Amino acid sequence: MGDCLLETRNLRRSFGGLAAVRDVSFKVERGAIKAVIGPNGAGKTTLFNLIAGTIRPHGGSVFFRGANVTGRRPHAIAALGIARTFQTTKLFPQMTVLENVMVGRHPRTRSGFIAGMLNLPRTWRENREIEARAREVLDDLGLVGLAGQTASNLPFGRQRLVEFARALATEPSLLLLDEPAAGLNIYETRELAALIEAIRDRGVTCLVVEHDMSLVMDISDEVVVLAQGEKIAEGPPRAIQRNADVIRIYLGDS
Amino acid sequence: MHVARYLPVIGGALAVVLAQAVLSATDTTYYMTQLIMSAYYGLVVIGLALLMGYAGQVSLGHAGFFAIGGYTSAVLTTWNLVGCRDAPWVAACSRLGLVAERTDLYGAAILSFSPWLAAVAALVLAGLIALAIGLPILRLRGHYLAMATLGFGLIIHRVVLGTEVFGQADGISNVPPLGLAGGLEINWRAPRVENYYVAWAVVLAAMVLAINLVHSRVGRALRSIHQSEEAAHSLGIDTYRYKLATFVLSALLAAAGGVLLTHYNGSIGPSEVTVMKSVRYVAIVAVGGMANLWGALAMGILLNFLSLRGVFDPYDDVVFGGILIAVMLFLPQGLLRAPELRTLWPFSRGRSHG
Repeated sequence: MGDCLLETRNLRRSFGGLAAVRDVSFKVERGAIKAVIGPNGAGKTTLFNLIAGTIRPHGGSVFFRGANVTGRRPHAIAALGIARTFQTTKLFPQMTVLENVMVGRHPRTRSGFIAGMLNLPRTWRENREIEARAREVLDDLGLVGLAGQTASNLPFGRQRLVEFARALATEPSLLLLDEPAAGLNIYETRELAALIEAIRDRGVTCLVVEHDMSLVMDISDEVVVLAQGEKIAEGPPRAIQRNADVIRIYLGDS
Repeated sequence: MHVARYLPVIGGALAVVLAQAVLSATDTTYYMTQLIMSAYYGLVVIGLALLMGYAGQVSLGHAGFFAIGGYTSAVLTTWNLVGCRDAPWVAACSRLGLVAERTDLYGAAILSFSPWLAAVAALVLAGLIALAIGLPILRLRGHYLAMATLGFGLIIHRVVLGTEVFGQADGISNVPPLGLAGGLEINWRAPRVENYYVAWAVVLAAMVLAINLVHSRVGRALRSIHQSEEAAHSLGIDTYRYKLATFVLSALLAAAGGVLLTHYNGSIGPSEVTVMKSVRYVAIVAVGGMANLWGALAMGILLNFLSLRGVFDPYDDVVFGGILIAVMLFLPQGLLRAPELRTLWPFSRGRSHG
């Protein structure tokens, strides 16, 4: 396999007395689609938030491109090239689709307050580039027709795609997708699977948290299974499907 | 699409000229005095509209920043250095052109810091204080932030009332004019029409800067923080730093309003620092429509003008408090954002964040 893009080592976090994530270690190879699955409450989203910097770990570390990034704040993580989507889509509701994606260009652009107020030629040019690049991303995802729509007016499935576009606009090397299939119908889920593969084919490594197995088994190169905060299995989808512990957790003891 | 955002500026400039023409023709230029004062209060409103409407942070202490600007300017320009004229530091300041000499009403010599030095010092001080209090309180959210800024406003008010150098309940008077190029002076004794145009040029210039900002990368970042802080943060926006910078910028605009109005009036008093003044600014921004700079400015000019004309007397504070409650209950989008009015407003199609 190729080189390691992301690695967690003994990552640990509890809330009150509850250990949400316990000593979870795994690696994500560059160019892979890796999935984290597990029943509700297994600690998947907590694990995600630990990687994205939304919450700090109580122990263990996160390495990205070989550098220790444990405990960095979300904006710094984003600037390093890790983008994310949210379990419940978090678009900027009163902005247009285009503006939402333009915000995604933030970590790759620089104009500050004073430049913004004076609107110097350089600032103005950068703003035009931001818009052009945002349109390109929308075009890639077939969303350019929605550019002028207010985000909150879009149907749910479209909002999720716009959130993808916004994350991709940051030009990430790692994309974290938190339950991307939640709330989608079967048809939309199939579209989503194709989209995630297309994103991977363009060189963006994907880490997908998913509750539902069907999407994950089709597209993942490797799967990590969490239960009650612990990693109980890791391997290619086919092996995971045959893993006795995994079957027990999903179907219950017989 | 770039020109469109400046159309209201041109419209505003035409309205300023038209108002002057009408007032001059009808021999009612005394109204200009209140229009000038409203314009300087307008700077506070623009700053607060950026902070509340775009960055989504409430400040109930903006009268405090206005006062820091005004009082710093007033203290430095009225502090008579005649007694220590020969002190080396006064002599040094004199050589650098940082002090100015004048005579008071009775012909006595006054040597004090030049108004421009005082103005710069006032802005620097307001910026530093905003930074110092912003650093801890912008970690707070919602009601907590409002409470903390309210506390700040109360402190400034009591400090002003209790400190001799700030003139206590009397305030500070005999503040000299702020001289401009070409013999123009910002002061009520100087020609009214010229002062009117100076004030409005300042406000429209501030508007252009604010409009540019809200359409910029930073403006988008601010709006995104307002709409989903978590998402903004995940997209690489240092939300805390952006909120802090907007808070400081907003304080600087308030302080600039304080400096200019103090020089215009030739005085400043503790009534400028009351909590009700801060509430008034918040009410104006709210009724103008949060993320609507023109709405906020228009309501600011209208309501301050009426208030200065004494229309609401003696219920000024009641009116502004009442406006705030009514807006929160019935028009959370602000009066000028009401859907019925929006259809009449020619600039509101699509991206209407000017």
